[in-house]
Amino acid sequence: MRTVEQTTQEVLDLAAKHFKVAQGSLAPDDDFFKKLGINSLQTLELLSRLENHFGIELPDYEVQGVSDFRTLASRIQSRL
Amino acid sequence: MLDLSKYQSIGGALKDAVEVFANETCLIEADRERENLRLTYREFRDRTMPVARALQDARFAAGDRAAIIMSNQSKWLIAANAIFYSGGVLVPLDYKLTAEEQWQLLKHSSARVLITEYPIWRQLSVATGRATATELQMVIVTEAPIDTDLLGGVRWEIPSIQTGEPEFRSRTRSDTATIVYSSGTGGRPKGCVMTHENYLEQCVALTALYSFAPGMRYLSILPTNHAIDFMVGFFGPFICGAAVVHLRTLRPEYVREAFVKYKITYVSLVPLVLKNLQKGLQARFDALAPDKRKVFNALVAVNKALTKLRPLLGLSRLLLRQVHEAFGGELRAIIVGGAFTEPETLQFFYNLGIPVANGYGLTEAGTAITVNDLKPFRADTVGKPLPGMEVRVVHPDANGIGEVTVRSKTVMSGYLNEPELTAETIVDGWLMTGDLGCFDLSGHLQLFGRKKNMIVTEEGKNIYPEDVESVFESLPVKEFCVFAANYIWPQRSMVGEQLILAIHLEPGQSLTAALRQEITARNNRLLNYKRVHGIVLVKEDFPRTASMKIKRNVLVERLAKLDRSSAVLEL
Repeated sequence: MRTVEQTTQEVLDLAAKHFKVAQGSLAPDDDFFKKLGINSLQTLELLSRLENHFGIELPDYEVQGVSDFRTLASRIQSRL
Repeated sequence: MLDLSKYQSIGGALKDAVEVFANETCLIEADRERENLRLTYREFRDRTMPVARALQDARFAAGDRAAIIMSNQSKWLIAANAIFYSGGVLVPLDYKLTAEEQWQLLKHSSARVLITEYPIWRQLSVATGRATATELQMVIVTEAPIDTDLLGGVRWEIPSIQTGEPEFRSRTRSDTATIVYSSGTGGRPKGCVMTHENYLEQCVALTALYSFAPGMRYLSILPTNHAIDFMVGFFGPFICGAAVVHLRTLRPEYVREAFVKYKITYVSLVPLVLKNLQKGLQARFDALAPDKRKVFNALVAVNKALTKLRPLLGLSRLLLRQVHEAFGGELRAIIVGGAFTEPETLQFFYNLGIPVANGYGLTEAGTAITVNDLKPFRADTVGKPLPGMEVRVVHPDANGIGEVTVRSKTVMSGYLNEPELTAETIVDGWLMTGDLGCFDLSGHLQLFGRKKNMIVTEEGKNIYPEDVESVFESLPVKEFCVFAANYIWPQRSMVGEQLILAIHLEPGQSLTAALRQEITARNNRLLNYKRVHGIVLVKEDFPRTASMKIKRNVLVERLAKLDRSSAVLEL
């Protein structure tokens, strides 16, 4: 079982890979809309990738209003 | 299609539609790969009745208000039908707002009933705003897990107290049908009071250009509380016996599959999604082998030439079969709205033989004011006024550009509880849109920015500066004010709009790193699309009225004298 810290790190690594930014350049409390300059649609694409990685299903409503990696990771953690 | 001239209300038309089209497919609901539900119009009616019964058992009277906060799904439309059947006024609220914003609008609208989904109620029920909505007497919760405490809510599957059918309550055309919030979750919510006539007239005008019929399928992606989806994803298709497809996810991969699986006829999108689709398609075209690409480009050129005067769907589907098959093969048009769409995006799709029905509208004017009639297709305009719309450009400048004004039976009766604002907005029967435009020689409207202090994002969100100011309250500066950048420095553009925070520092104070950090932290509390883009430092006191309100128009005149590029410090 992953710890929440491990989950958060994996979310950060995957997001960096998906949006082609340097590994380690993202922090848990970063606002991903702002930091990555992405829109809500691109966030949905990232979610699909995270689902495949963690082997979970994350309904759209679970991530409604979430904009930082830490909260996103905690929503994932609760479904692991 | 029903003859809407014979009807007095949305409820009356829907009541007949479910009889006339009883055996036609009405709703399809799918969640990712699974199809959850498929209803005929008769079954839709059968599911409406218990909800109407529950409302009426709770003494919900004709003219009472009931709000819906739900994502796009079958129960949204069932709930709305039950409200209209019971003579109620529907208050459709955005499920993407925060819980506090939703409570604010529930309070403002004086809703007696709320119908919502369990995940939303989970947030709403514990929010502090709940205590303020004192008129709310009943909350109906859908999809609630068994044995969960609903904290004062009742289950959608509520058993009826009384037996027998609920009564149908007729309304007249001038009665209020809905209260639609065009914006305003800050200090001054703007609730557009729409009558039954507004919808009946708009529906006739729109279906004359883009018709529905039994067997056609509309894919509902835009939130149903949005005026466009309410009209073309509910009322329009229903009075024509067409079907509406709801997806419980908006992941692009499932949306793409839905086009093919359900052979979609129409879909409505915001410009952002349309642009994303364009990007995806372009990447696929670019990846074609050089010889295939050459053939493809030639076919696009032939299609473009042959459809110059009007769309020829059959021909386009034949010429560009693979592209059309990716959209299910039966797509007639993509309806785009909510914000301005760039001409090159419109042209891209039209060249592929996929007409994009772009237009221009405001919630205050009904769904649409102008729509591209495709005779011929014009990417550079927002189309011609719909039948029944009188559109004038007033106070034109030397180039003929002035404020667009509208008079029509589709214009709202006013803003709820805001007589002054209503009087400023509807002058002698003409709706002052605050948008700048002019007509070309062929009667097409072209838009050139706004004269009102607001922005519209590519996702179709209207953002008013006043609504984001509360997050900066008690900021350690002398005074502050938020503006739309284009309101200060007009750009003659409808895209890339930004908000600016104007700050007047205390004497001797400077914009330190700590202050910037504080501003950024507060800014980040706002949903991403509501955030301010930069700061402008003002060196003198803000002009104020006797009651100490900021004279925004005077302040804007001062700010306009500054050079935008050097004055705005990006956040």
